[in-house]
Amino acid sequence: MPVEVEQARTRAQSAADNPYQPLPARIVRIYRMVPDNYLFTFRFADDAQAAAFRHKPGQFVMLSVPGAGEAPISISSSPSRPGVLELCVRRTGRVTNALYRLKTNDLVGIRGPYGNGFPVERLAGNDLLLAAGGLGMAPLRSLLWYALDNREKFENIILMYGSKTPADVLFREELQSLVDRADMRCLLTVDRDPTGAWKNHIALLPQMFDYAEVNPQRTFAAVCGPPIVYKFVLQRLLALGFPKDRILMSLERRMKCGVGKCGHCSVGYKYTCIHGPIFTYWDAINLPEMI
Amino acid sequence: MKILKLRKDKLDHFAAVIRQKFGEVHAPVEQNGKYVFQRITDWADARLRYSRTILPLKKYFLPPRDTLFHYSPGKGYVANTRDLEKRMVLFGVHACDVYALGILDLVFNGKYNDPYYQTRRKNIAIIGIDCMPDEHCFCRSMRADFVEEGFDLFLHDLGECYQTAVGTALGDNMVLAAAELFEPITREDFDEYKRLSANKRKAFRLDVEIRDLPEMLDMEYESEIWAELGDKCLSCGSCSMVCPTCYCYDVVDTVELGSTAGSRDRVWDSCLFSTHALVAGGENFREERSSRIKFRYYHKQRGFVAEHGRPSCVGCGRCITACPVGIDIVEVLNRVRGVQYAG
Repeated sequence: MPVEVEQARTRAQSAADNPYQPLPARIVRIYRMVPDNYLFTFRFADDAQAAAFRHKPGQFVMLSVPGAGEAPISISSSPSRPGVLELCVRRTGRVTNALYRLKTNDLVGIRGPYGNGFPVERLAGNDLLLAAGGLGMAPLRSLLWYALDNREKFENIILMYGSKTPADVLFREELQSLVDRADMRCLLTVDRDPTGAWKNHIALLPQMFDYAEVNPQRTFAAVCGPPIVYKFVLQRLLALGFPKDRILMSLERRMKCGVGKCGHCSVGYKYTCIHGPIFTYWDAINLPEMI
Repeated sequence: MKILKLRKDKLDHFAAVIRQKFGEVHAPVEQNGKYVFQRITDWADARLRYSRTILPLKKYFLPPRDTLFHYSPGKGYVANTRDLEKRMVLFGVHACDVYALGILDLVFNGKYNDPYYQTRRKNIAIIGIDCMPDEHCFCRSMRADFVEEGFDLFLHDLGECYQTAVGTALGDNMVLAAAELFEPITREDFDEYKRLSANKRKAFRLDVEIRDLPEMLDMEYESEIWAELGDKCLSCGSCSMVCPTCYCYDVVDTVELGSTAGSRDRVWDSCLFSTHALVAGGENFREERSSRIKFRYYHKQRGFVAEHGRPSCVGCGRCITACPVGIDIVEVLNRVRGVQYAG
């Protein structure tokens, strides 16, 4: 038995009683999407663990890089495509810098999934509007592919994704291939295009509302991005008359434990890790300091 | 509840039985005019009449630095189990501190059980003792001046003897292991208990009404109180360190020198520290000092009520005595309530 599988079996034993136990996982692919924003594909060292792992769109895992520490990373792959885990990781701190030094086949530790995830049962039967800015595409991609792989469960699907320039667009080829799909509306935009080769929109993200017909009463909006995205996208959604509990937001905080103990991800009175990271806008306005 | 009495001149004998049969005994001892909980080797060092210990009991259950895992490339992350199973008896615990452990239980149990905390909880026994409030105690306001659970034994000082309440089967075993030391409690003892209890009630000098405090905090979210506190607060985190219910921790990986092996430890942290709400990439959700001290108040007195039905403050007064710039929680809360502080 390979050493990491043996390791995985004994660790799995411990993980049953210890929510902090990382399980060994191997990097199977590193896709250099854009500089400092790679897509890493992981597979648990133990096949049984790989097969048993179940998550919901919008959940996250705690990723351990040996010697560097642990960081929360949202899951970018859809539960409809099990077996491996895709994490879109921005190189920004100690753990992610260490991850960028690793190679295919190296071992990391993963535990989870954590968080509430998107309420997919409640979303079923409705229109979906996904609005992402920048790295906000990472958690929404999980929901996007979940919806497309379960296409019959949803009515209209609209994706609006804004980046600074074409060089910053995450999942570029994949999303570009969605533009021509007849069963969804994929609106890709950049703030500016120094290349002159961008074939999609050149406008700020909120302007994409001019290109899509949205019915607030039968749509759930999922929003993720930097604070400025929340500010202007929320303005548009509220102007359209979206009920506040039909707007879902994915929040980022500094989780240290992922399981509601360490206190670091608190927003107002809630913990992002166990009460979130998906909150409705109604939750948000009742929780001080959320956005 | 089983209630017995233990004559005071039998106490040291009882402590010896406990130490012999139930594990290391830790009790308050005096240190430079203050008190600390530490291991007792000579029972004469124990001080059962004390105001408050510098650090609360969380140091036993959530140590300031707690190794969660050892890491090595060959073995991966191996959970640390060292000392977790050590049996101990904390002798002489005040009601507020017993209550505080019940609050920590709410956090470390739940959907995700914390095995490090829970194993220690299982192996560390609690013998409570009653006390008289000093000028910083407001446990009565926080309803933590009396506990009916959370201890194995609880001793009430009746002058000549201790009225001894037996809270658990383990407590019962302790009593049975020294059965010859205990006597039946009498009607007169109960009357004396009630008289002393009334005296204790009258001895409180501080009071905060907590009934509708969450609503009042909502009203005062934008109050200038928080800006003023922010100007005064040094962000030193002393209040968090000495708080029996502050449980925030940071997680730190350390690699041994000249090796690729290391450990993952959790260390006490504080929401007053400027890095508490800092995320990778540099965004800080509580950059202003005023927002951090405000957060501490709102988490304890507002958020915890919403989540668990009661504030996560027990009124022990430690934060008042530890604050280097004299921030007084009772004064702050009464100001939020619009009540003139009478302390």
